[in-house]
Formats: sequence, structure tokens, C-alpha cells
Amino acid sequence: MRIVKSALLALLLAGLATVGAAQDRYIVVQSTTSTQNSGLLDAILPAFERESGIDVRVVAVGTGQAIRNAANGDGDVLLVHNRTAEDKFVADGEGVGRKDVMYNDFVLVGPSEDPAGVKGGSDIVVALSKIAESQSPFASRGDDSGTHKAELRHWQSAGVDVADASGSWYRELGAGMGATLNAAAGMGAYTLSDRATWISFGNKDGMEIVVQGDPKLFNPYGVILVNPAKHPTVKAEDGQAFIDWLTGPEGQAAIADFQIDGQQLFFPSAQ
Amino acid sequence: MGTFTSEFLQALHLIVTGDGDLWGIVLLSLWVSLSAVAVGAAIGMPMGAALAVGRFPGRRALVVLLNALMGLPPVVVGLCVYLLLSRAGPLGVLGLLYTPGAMVIAQTIIVTPIIAALTRQIVEGLDAEYAEQLKSLGLSRLASVPVLLWDGRRALLTALLAGFGRAIAEVGAVIIVGGNINHVTRVMTTTIALETSKGNLALALALGAILITIAISVTAAVSLLGARQGPAHA
Repeated sequence: MRIVKSALLALLLAGLATVGAAQDRYIVVQSTTSTQNSGLLDAILPAFERESGIDVRVVAVGTGQAIRNAANGDGDVLLVHNRTAEDKFVADGEGVGRKDVMYNDFVLVGPSEDPAGVKGGSDIVVALSKIAESQSPFASRGDDSGTHKAELRHWQSAGVDVADASGSWYRELGAGMGATLNAAAGMGAYTLSDRATWISFGNKDGMEIVVQGDPKLFNPYGVILVNPAKHPTVKAEDGQAFIDWLTGPEGQAAIADFQIDGQQLFFPSAQ
Repeated sequence: MGTFTSEFLQALHLIVTGDGDLWGIVLLSLWVSLSAVAVGAAIGMPMGAALAVGRFPGRRALVVLLNALMGLPPVVVGLCVYLLLSRAGPLGVLGLLYTPGAMVIAQTIIVTPIIAALTRQIVEGLDAEYAEQLKSLGLSRLASVPVLLWDGRRALLTALLAGFGRAIAEVGAVIIVGGNINHVTRVMTTTIALETSKGNLALALALGAILITIAISVTAAVSLLGARQGPAHA
């Protein structure tokens, strides 16, 4: 026992030393699964980190959770995609100086057999109506994320009350984009995905894009500094440096350069 | 399964060639979970032993409660620790959220009841066997605790391993309080969750196989260490 205990103690102390020696200058960015799962952040952050000496620690969760975490002061910068919620975050005094960063778009993906007969369409509302009519399985994020909110807006436009169908053909997973795609592949369901996550997703298994190109499927991302006046622990200077880089020429070029399988996933949109 | 084999070999290749990222993740997993078990043992063993030999009102209820706490859902623990450590929470000033320290705290809360409950059971059994003997040696109930703990060390090792097994396999708590931040708080289980959500199922499965291998290695190493200490009550 003594040997085990002293070994554990030594390990503990060694670990504490390592943790203590970790880089001190860092910011926490609350962001969404789409920016991380697509590999965008892994691709563009190293350049900023090298240049500035600021380590960027990304917590990738749904937009809803990211905003709540940031409103608790648990983060310095918010990088998300739900304009309504972003504006509310700023209006509530939780964040300052929202800026456009980039956009990508949503696509409707579904089984190749296409039971609802929506393949090739370019109107998301028409497609969703057909899915509801034919009661084909639909996998919803159901997690209050930006993608989930966008999906709910389109159901509303289609005049479909999904709450009513929940548990039958409409399946709310309460999961991230990747997990939802896995589930959709597993149950032959349609689902709304951001294009970036879909392209980089590794388990497409009998699924394909069935509807794309509808202007309503436009998906803009915004970046916001968590308000240092309200949350004194926010690293305002380093956080702002990151925002300036991301929305400046270098960050914007890095976003445009990021490709998977020769496809550009995000389109810079900072002014 | 062809892809699984190739992905597994690739993951194994990363381990063997000392890939910095993967090794960092493995070492952080071990460090967090072993630290949690060490702290959990320091709290849980005396607590369990005291509960075994103590005689006080409400003891049975405490034992039932402790046994029930062995089934604490990690995600609930994670949520509670998040609320405590959040900047908006009572311990927010410590700035521990999204650090390995927060992960150790969460896992400690998960493993302590396991270690304490199993210790209670082991020591109670030994106490029933040796109480008379210890009494005749003139030891008070309290003074017999270290003797009983030492006597049951082999079995107690199993209690520690049960705690370690729970901690190293746990994902619900560490992903909330650690945030799965690359190079900072990313451990084996959160990496597997991330790769699964990227649809890289074969790689996720390969990492899972490595995690299981590591868990087996640690368990085997500790068991060997225990066996070398000579025979004792198991």
C-alpha cells in the first residue's frame, strides 16, 4: 500500500508541476461544434497563436450552451451562429461589439432512397412539408443549438407543428451535429446539417445532400467579446486581439483558405 | 472491419512512435483519474473504516446512503461542479473551470463514495472476525482502524481499482467541467466522443481499444504490486 500511495503521490505532484508550467497566457473561446468538428479552428488557430503568443482554448458546444456559458463569465470570446440570440446577448449587456466573421450554409441531407421524394429540390420549406406529409423519419438536433433554431424556423414557415410529431417520425436527439448525423444514418432519417460538418463527416453511410442552395439556408457566424464591464475576469485585451485577427485580413484569408476535399467550407464576411 | 483494423493499427502506430498529441491525451487521462483516486482514497478509506467500526445513531442510514452514492451519475456531478466552479458560481474566483483541476474534483466526487462504501464493507467483515482479538490486545475501537485497514490491504486495493475503473471510463463529468479543450483538458474518453461525433467511427473505436488496454495495464500493475506484498486477506 505504501508503495502504491507514494507512487500515486509522486504522480500527483509531477502532474501538478506540469499543469503549473502550462502556458499562462490564454483565452477561452466558447464556440459551436460546427467550427470544431469541421476542423476549421484546428487549421486557422495555430497561426494566431504563433503570432500573438496567446493560447486559444476552444470549448465547442451548441450555440445555446455556448451563450449560456459565456453569460456566466466562463469564456472571453463567443463565436456562434444564431443572429437573434447573438443580438440578445449584446442587448443584455453580456457581450460587446458583435462582428460578422464568415458564413456557410445549411443543407438537407437524407437517405439516398429518398422516401419523401425531395431530392434535387432547392426550397427547404417545400421539402420539409413533403417530409411531414409522408411522415418520413426526421432527426432533429433538439439541443437549442444554432442549427436547431434554424431548423425550427423552417418548420414554422412550412406550417408543421413538430412538437406534435415528436416521438413518431420527428425525432429530437438532443445531440451535437455529428452525433445527429450518425443517428440519422442509422435510422435512415433526414436531417438539417451545416455544410461544413457534413463535408468533413466520416460516416456518410447511404446518405447524401437532397436539398441545397436555398437562400433561406444561409448560416452566418458572429464573434462577440464577453463584456469585461459585467464579467471582470474576461481577458479583454487578448480576447479583442483574437477578434481583430479573426476579422482582419489574415484571419479572413485563413478562413477562405481552409478546404476539405478541395471544397471551401466557410466564406469570410467581415467588413 | 477492414477499416477498423487499419485505423487500430494507425492508432497503435501513433502510440508506439510516441505521437505527442496522443501521448499527452493518454497521460492526462491517467493523471486526472489517478489523482482523483488518490484524493478519493485519502477521504474515502478513513470515512469507510470509521463507518465500519463506529457505533452511533443513524449509522445504518449513512451506510445505505453511501451505497446509493456509488451510482452517482457522472453528468449530474459534472453539472454540479460546473455550477460551483463557473465564474458566476460560489467558487468561480478560483478560476478552475476548464482546467485539469476541475476534472480531478469532479472525478473525486464520483470515486470517493465507491472507495468509502467498499472500504466500509471490507473493514466491517474483518472487524467481525477480529474484534474480540483486538479488544484483548487492549486496542480501542478507533485505534483498531489502522490495523484493520492494513490487514485488509489486498481487498482495499480492489476498492481503489474499482474507483479507478469508474474514473478512467467516465466522460459525462469531464466533458462539462473540462470542456474537451485540445492540449489542455482533452482526455481519452472525450477524444472518443469527439471522433465519434466527427463520424470517424473506426478511429474512435481504435482509441477505445487503447483506453481499455491502458485500463487493463494499470489494473495488472497494481495487482502485481499487491501480490508482491505477500499474502493477506483478500
